Amino acid sequence: MTTTTSPAKTSAPAIGSQVRDYFERVRGGDLGALPAVIGLVVLCVVFASLSPSFLSPINFANLFTQGAGVTIIAMGLVFVLLLGEIDLSAGFASGVCAAVMAVLLTNEGWPWYTAVLASMVTGVLIGLVLGALVAKLGIPSFVVTLAAFLAFQGVALILLDEGTNVSIRDETILAIANSNLSPLLGWVLLVAGVLLYAGIQLTQARRRTSRGLMADSMAVIAVRVGALAVIAGFAVYVLNLERSRNPAIISLTGVPIVVPVILVLLIVWTFVLRRTAYGRHVYAVGGNAEAARRAGINVDRIRISAFVICSFMASIGGIVAASRANSVDPNTGGSTVLLFAVGAAVIGGTSLFGGKGRVLDALLGGAVVAVVINGMGLMGYSASVKYIVTGAVLLLSAGVDALSRKRASSSGRR
Amino acid sequence: MSQAPVLELRGIDKSFGPVQVLHDVAFSVYPGEVTALVGDNGAGKSTLVKCIGGIHPMDSGEYFFEGEKVHVNGPRDAAAMGVEIVYQDLALCDNLDIVQNMFLGRERKSGLVLDEDTMEEMAAKTLAGLSVRTVKSLRQHVSSLSGGQRQTVAIAKAVLWNSKVVILDEPTAALGVAQTAQVLELVRRLADNGLAVVLISHNMNDVFAVSDRIAALYLGRMAAQVKTSEVTHSQIVELITAGRSGELGLPTGNGASA
Repeated sequence: MTTTTSPAKTSAPAIGSQVRDYFERVRGGDLGALPAVIGLVVLCVVFASLSPSFLSPINFANLFTQGAGVTIIAMGLVFVLLLGEIDLSAGFASGVCAAVMAVLLTNEGWPWYTAVLASMVTGVLIGLVLGALVAKLGIPSFVVTLAAFLAFQGVALILLDEGTNVSIRDETILAIANSNLSPLLGWVLLVAGVLLYAGIQLTQARRRTSRGLMADSMAVIAVRVGALAVIAGFAVYVLNLERSRNPAIISLTGVPIVVPVILVLLIVWTFVLRRTAYGRHVYAVGGNAEAARRAGINVDRIRISAFVICSFMASIGGIVAASRANSVDPNTGGSTVLLFAVGAAVIGGTSLFGGKGRVLDALLGGAVVAVVINGMGLMGYSASVKYIVTGAVLLLSAGVDALSRKRASSSGRR
Repeated sequence: MSQAPVLELRGIDKSFGPVQVLHDVAFSVYPGEVTALVGDNGAGKSTLVKCIGGIHPMDSGEYFFEGEKVHVNGPRDAAAMGVEIVYQDLALCDNLDIVQNMFLGRERKSGLVLDEDTMEEMAAKTLAGLSVRTVKSLRQHVSSLSGGQRQTVAIAKAVLWNSKVVILDEPTAALGVAQTAQVLELVRRLADNGLAVVLISHNMNDVFAVSDRIAALYLGRMAAQVKTSEVTHSQIVELITAGRSGELGLPTGNGASA
């Protein structure tokens, strides 16, 4: 049922024109995920040439578990950053939530699911308070969350009895960052994921073509699905290699459980941002709050909800970090966690100025951050160097963001 | 042409604290016509428009819509009746595309999910109905549009909702010559499609180019509401600057003393 529309509208754009459009966007200052991808490649090449063990299967698996906590926190931060706000307390919020879980689990003997639930509720409550202070009282988010940054360190100390280390012995919680899927399950999930992605892309294109709207061409879809299959397939293949030093005693293969956890979070939040009215309103408030208000959007509620999502995701990040460390101490979620999380979101292409960003950015930026942490660890750098590099990474990503914005405004894209 | 007015105000008073901004203002808007609202800075044009749009409550006076007396208590009431205002700053989100902007806050959904296809179709139909052919793709971000195209999107957004009255606040103030012509053409087309259009403008050329009626405010009073074909440039300028011109306008000694 082709409707009578002009030919220019129904014919799908060729790959060539899509590639041209992309370069035009990049030249115009809309870098998207380009800095993250380039950074990832450069860093991998540098670390691989300096340290041979960087490319070993066990280190590849380490990258995922090392970067997981920061990446999850960064996913939540994307929502706050989209509004042009910031949450400096997300790191210690994750620490507080992890402490709540650890204390309930180990000291109070709660089952893992209620302890996790309590931790998530803590995250939601933290977000409600922060969001209300920002949206209703109008205190700048920078100040509110800086105050919370300090206060949460104190709360964590109280929860952990002035600084004891609470170890976690619950099998389920420990499994998140320490156990793996069976190799077969890894392949099954990969195939299912790729098929699902291809199915969604194809039905969408077919529906739009049947209604006479411009749809992606089959070639473009094939390239996208193929790229996903190759990259994810390679990752699953490497993760399924034997990485135990002594396979005769204990075998260590498979995709770490934290990977599907992150992928589910990625899919859920991407759906919320791109396919629901709520997500649309988040972008609108970040782009032009006054226009959103006049369009009848409850701007305060959007603001509060973004902080709730951010702190909720921080609680999950805290749980993952606790699982990886096998314990919670007052420094969980502290030191460089927050800066790495903000850095991850911004490196991935989320703007600090609001209105621009994706949940996927947090994943790409998180990969860069994980490679930085991991690579520096392998090279055996001292704490001093790590701090300086951390600061430099954040500054660099913010600089790229500011420059691309400047470029975009001069080329009339913003 | 001159049927009953779709929107009519009688005896509107409005004060902000001790300052009375509108005195006993009467204002009528007719379907299928462009009514130009003119007046010097501070004459009360914006206040009058905001009263119509429900942003400011009126102190006293009557508001008739399609012959019925109505009470407008907020922007949503006005929008529900079919009164849309396109403000000078356009209120568009640069980071969203044309379709997303046109449906902002009133998104079409199927279940939980946004119905992008229906929205895109409706947006395309609306723009085609306004004979807009200058935009390359409906999925362009608004940030990449020219000033005239943005104005077009803002106007299309206002007429998407089967609105009956569209009020345009200085739509051509920031535009170049060619774009001004485009937007004025669009304004004319809106009226020819049967909408009642109110055009606020300082530019007499624009006013005489597209309007059917001219309402001139002078120091918060309606100096005159006349047919464009029956007055000259200089008469309107006199009405704006002095409140009267020949037999037209406020009685002497009344306007300036207020």
